[in-house]
Amino acid sequence: MNKYLLKLYITGCTPQSERAISNLYRICEAEMQGQFEVQIIDVLQSPELAEKDRIIATPTLIKDLPQPLRRIIGDLSDVERVLRGLDIEQIHGQL
Amino acid sequence: MSSYHSNRISKLATGIAGFDAIAKGGLPEGRTTLIAGSAGSAKTVFAVQFLAEGIRQFGQHGVFVTFEEAPADIRRNMASLGWDIAAWEAAGCWAFVDASPLPGEAEVIAGAYDLGALLARIEVAVNRVGARRLAMDSLGSLFSHFENHALIRNELFRISAALKLMNITAIMTAERTQEYGDISRYGVEEFVVDNVMILRNVLDGEKRRRTVELLKFRGTEHQKGEYPLTVLPGQGIVVIPLSAIELKQRSSNTRLTSGSRELDAMCGGGFFRDSIILVSGATGCGKTLITTEFAASGASGDERCLFLAFEESRDQLTRNATGWGKNFEDLESRGLLRVIATYPETMGLEDHLIAIKMAIDEFQPNRVAVDSLSALERVSTVKGYREFVIGLTSFIKHREIAGLFTSTTPRLIGGESITEAHISTITDSIILLRYVEMFGEITRGITVLKMRGSAHDKEIREFSIDASGMHIGKAFRNVTGILSGHPRHVEPQEIGRLNALFVNHNV
Repeated sequence: MNKYLLKLYITGCTPQSERAISNLYRICEAEMQGQFEVQIIDVLQSPELAEKDRIIATPTLIKDLPQPLRRIIGDLSDVERVLRGLDIEQIHGQL
Repeated sequence: MSSYHSNRISKLATGIAGFDAIAKGGLPEGRTTLIAGSAGSAKTVFAVQFLAEGIRQFGQHGVFVTFEEAPADIRRNMASLGWDIAAWEAAGCWAFVDASPLPGEAEVIAGAYDLGALLARIEVAVNRVGARRLAMDSLGSLFSHFENHALIRNELFRISAALKLMNITAIMTAERTQEYGDISRYGVEEFVVDNVMILRNVLDGEKRRRTVELLKFRGTEHQKGEYPLTVLPGQGIVVIPLSAIELKQRSSNTRLTSGSRELDAMCGGGFFRDSIILVSGATGCGKTLITTEFAASGASGDERCLFLAFEESRDQLTRNATGWGKNFEDLESRGLLRVIATYPETMGLEDHLIAIKMAIDEFQPNRVAVDSLSALERVSTVKGYREFVIGLTSFIKHREIAGLFTSTTPRLIGGESITEAHISTITDSIILLRYVEMFGEITRGITVLKMRGSAHDKEIREFSIDASGMHIGKAFRNVTGILSGHPRHVEPQEIGRLNALFVNHNV
């Protein structure tokens, strides 16, 4: 299985950012069997990275690997959509 | 009341030609103005030019937020208008915030979000270049990108509030679906901004007409109504501020010669230096000749004349002039005359007006002759033509230049043209040339119908043309009805009887 390389863009430490981070880790741990690497990027700290990736809305999750590249916008509370966005077949049925 | 308001909100001059006149100084400073317009109404050009003129004229730096076109496309498209955006970026005067859509990349929405990242990037860019101006182009793409329109409106409000705190004067562009209807497609104006202007590109009688209208400037003054504008290569948008033109030209008593002693005598001693003279007549009755005399006669007094020809080519005009004993080539080489011959169809009337203004500014003439003004009627709508004529006459009078315009009447005998209907009240003098048919023969008649501020000859005189130019002869006697196109010979006894009638009446 390919290793997942994920970037999560947030803007500051807001409740929305916190929610996105915890949702992301929950999904990764449940679905990726430890095969993932997550980078959290705060737009306020690293605006040049946000510029490069043309981030407008936050939170935004970018799946760099495996190909193809995907973008998922929102606090990742809609798990079904997140998994579809990541091209993951849901294994456990329920999180 | 107005001064009370304008004390509170100052204006930032945009530097866009003509715009600041109708906006009474410019855009409200530190505020966001919405520019709504249909496709092709020059919204992006306005947005780019707002920043470009800030850099070029005022040394004010700018940030361009693009939601639609990629920065590379904008740099390339705007190069044709003479703006080197890449150079400004390199000099730290201009920054892009690239929010254009990524091609071929599907996005999924999975939960709550906001545009905090966009705001953060804007703030970074503003601080990096020390921006005073900002443009966002265009909001429609943002709305089609994100489904939650209420949220986007909210976020735009947050962004415009943040810009206000940073004292940035900003514009946002938004699409319209109809030229006359809802202001913008997603109702942005109701929530986000205090100031709204509309750019239009209306199809009117098979001709495109661009206009700008300032719909509301909350708490400050502006001119009402639509103003024509045009987009010129190398210059960008030029607004033509018609009713904002003030009637403040001085009046002069200096007379100048028309080129014909007899015509000068008919006008009570020549034309006034800052007057507009309209010469009206059917085709072939001597308008171009009068124009030629007018253009050439200035040279004897070292006056420069700009001759704008819309009916004949340079060569034709030069040849005609030679036939009447005037050497145009010599006058041009001495810098006393410039002949510009253009086909009316080459461009729209707004562009003609600007080209004429530029030619006048460059050549600095004492006289301007237009032969014929009525040829321009056919390239525009009636409204556009009227605006053109008013714009041109006020510009010429402002510079205290004598202007001689000719107008071709549609009918050979008698008659009136649209040109006369539109400009007769703004002209100072009107000279009519008419064909007169008497006893199976065609002769020409000339009369001075109006000569503002001076006495003039009221007779209709015979007018003839030969190799040495024009000659004005004796007054028509025993003829009535020349102007109405139905000349009628009247027996001398009848005239005597009529005159006697009036004498009796007075007694």
